Amino acid sequence: MDKLIEQFSLGLFVWQTVLFLALVLLLRKFAWKPILEAVNNREEGIKNALDEAENARKEMQNLQADNERILNEARTERDGMLKEARELKESIIAEAKEEATIQANKVIEQAQATIQSEKQAAIADIKNQVAEISVGIAEKVVKTELSDKDKQIKLVEDMLKEVTIS
Amino acid sequence: MNRFKLVKTITLLLLFVTASMHAISTPSKEETHGKKDLKTEIKEYINHHLLDSHDFSLYSYETDEGEHKYIGAPLPVILWDGGLKVFSSSKFHHGETLAEVDGNYYKLYHGKIYKTDAAGTINYDEDHHATNAKPLDFSITKNVVFIFLVGLLMFFMFSRMAKKYKNNPIPTGLGRLLEPIILYVRDDIAIPNIGKKKYKKYMSYLLTIFFFIWIINLLGLTPLGVNVTNNIAVTLALALMTYFITTFSGNKDYWKHIFWMPGVPVPMKIILAPIELLGTIIKPFSLMIRLYANITAGHVVLMSIIGLMFIFKNWIGSPLSFGLAFALSLLELLVAALQAYIFTMLSALYFGSAVEEHEHH
Repeated sequence: MDKLIEQFSLGLFVWQTVLFLALVLLLRKFAWKPILEAVNNREEGIKNALDEAENARKEMQNLQADNERILNEARTERDGMLKEARELKESIIAEAKEEATIQANKVIEQAQATIQSEKQAAIADIKNQVAEISVGIAEKVVKTELSDKDKQIKLVEDMLKEVTIS
Repeated sequence: MNRFKLVKTITLLLLFVTASMHAISTPSKEETHGKKDLKTEIKEYINHHLLDSHDFSLYSYETDEGEHKYIGAPLPVILWDGGLKVFSSSKFHHGETLAEVDGNYYKLYHGKIYKTDAAGTINYDEDHHATNAKPLDFSITKNVVFIFLVGLLMFFMFSRMAKKYKNNPIPTGLGRLLEPIILYVRDDIAIPNIGKKKYKKYMSYLLTIFFFIWIINLLGLTPLGVNVTNNIAVTLALALMTYFITTFSGNKDYWKHIFWMPGVPVPMKIILAPIELLGTIIKPFSLMIRLYANITAGHVVLMSIIGLMFIFKNWIGSPLSFGLAFALSLLELLVAALQAYIFTMLSALYFGSAVEEHEHH
């Protein structure tokens, strides 16, 4: 300890203090501040970049989820539309069928009515023709029958026989 | 595992060395005189090496005429003795002659400058301590030169590194090596001890002190023969700075915990106050002693083992002490970094305790 105190040099102490303080101040201005700032900025840059990447990833996930959702919606919409169309189609078909039946029935009815009226007309015609022909025949028959006297008498007799008074 | 191996190697080497020492010490007993001279010379050399000096000498030798020749450069001597006196240390001729400046005579004696009369007499007290007047010595000594050089080196290194960040946020060159260390100081020393909110204020000091101690310790291991941190004045200056920063950044809670410890009974508070107050001084004091003692011990042991080489002067002992010195040098490399780390770490810890916000009990 004695030796230590004896060895102690005030000059060296003063020099060391002065030089070291100067070194601290100089280095603070010209080295440590810029270095630490640069390192800090770099670290923050890296951190920000990482955060951004993470955000982008999340956004991507969100987008993907959105896409999925939209796709699902579209799918259900399509299904709904298809179902609606099918129903529409069925209803149209049914309606058409009904209409067709009604129309067909009408046509049939009309046809039947026409047929009936034609039939009536034809029957009437036939009746007329038959009547005419019968009259003609009757005329001819009468003519021939009445051409001779005997036959006339016979006819009258026959007729009288038939018309018996009962 | 590796550490285990190292420890094993060192133990083995030590065993061999002690064995060989016994082997040679027996026959050489007759010629102890020469041996002792060598031993004292080595001891003096080590002591000399541990001291600061007023000139920068790489090595010295003795010519055939018995004259000491020194290879190196003189450094300026700056004295305050009723006025500023500046002269070159070459005037002392390594303590062999007196320096005469403005009618005053100065003598370099055991690394210290004393004011003497024209004959250069040194008066001693009963403990063989010189009683001559000592002028205030602000000389640019070897250590000051190296403190300055390390400062320049650091300034050059880190300001260049900082400039490179302007264009490119990714470090290049030396920055690639230094940046992880800077980040280590920030993330593993400053932030855990001081806290995320307040660490920024102390970063400049912590980084500077870390690199300063580390680089100057490493320089101390080079053959240039400078070891600044084994000087108590240097470590005191560093520790005092930590002390002042701690004291001036202490908040209300810090002082409250020193003078009126909350949560203990009143008599205990009275007992604790002086202890805590003493603690604030002991903390930086331990910083000072730790750095000083570690580096000094390392140098003493390393130089002693290197000195053994010259004492053994045989084919088994000298290579062994060389190997041991090599292993110890590696260990000292670790110690150099470790002491820088510990100093920085503890400084950060003290700052942290000064600014800590306690939850109220």
